[in-house]
Amino acid sequence: MLHTVNKSPFERNTLETCLQHAKDGSTILLIEDGVYAATEGTRFSDTIKKAMETKTVCALLPDLKARGMHEKVIEGIKLVDYAGFVDLVEQNERVQAWL
Amino acid sequence: MSEEMMEEGGVVKKFMYVNRKAPIGSIYALESLEVVLIGAAFEQDVCMVFLDDGIYQIVKGMDTNDVEMKNFSPTYRALEMYDVERLYVSKEAMEERGLTTDDLVVDVEVMDASQIADLMEEQDVILSF
Repeated sequence: MLHTVNKSPFERNTLETCLQHAKDGSTILLIEDGVYAATEGTRFSDTIKKAMETKTVCALLPDLKARGMHEKVIEGIKLVDYAGFVDLVEQNERVQAWL
Repeated sequence: MSEEMMEEGGVVKKFMYVNRKAPIGSIYALESLEVVLIGAAFEQDVCMVFLDDGIYQIVKGMDTNDVEMKNFSPTYRALEMYDVERLYVSKEAMEERGLTTDDLVVDVEVMDASQIADLMEEQDVILSF
């Protein structure tokens, strides 16, 4: 299953709730303000790194660039463009869009 | 209300704009910036505080071309020309986001929560975005 998270982890608990409900092997795609969770050195970096042990974590590059965060991304997070987003949707049977 | 100076027949008040939202996901940051510039045009004593995700408003290197939105980030560098020179950022907000002042587009003064609380007590008007 593909999970998308579009809220800043500092402002909402969306990321944490998503991770609690995402099964091993699923894919988490961080978009919009959700991409702040993909950056290194934050209060949530360890949360993301732990999730990466059992899940695939991706982030939307255009949203990272728009926020000036593209050079701070945690190593191992897969960066995707809009076409890559479409591919992920196509590859997964279900999409859970956490709001 | 603290001291109000009479200048050219008008009252100058101390205004503080508190910014707590990330720049792009909502309209708050842009609206705040517009109100700040209006206040400055009326020659009020204006300062800005960046707390929580508000700190992301003044991060360097924003490039909104691929999301087809206007990048208003350079406007923060123009604040100085409007005599908005006092920009304060939260030490705690920077630390929990792994940011330093080198990551920011403007010169700021870093303050902890108790210092910012003292500053808030000195204001005539506080507007929160």
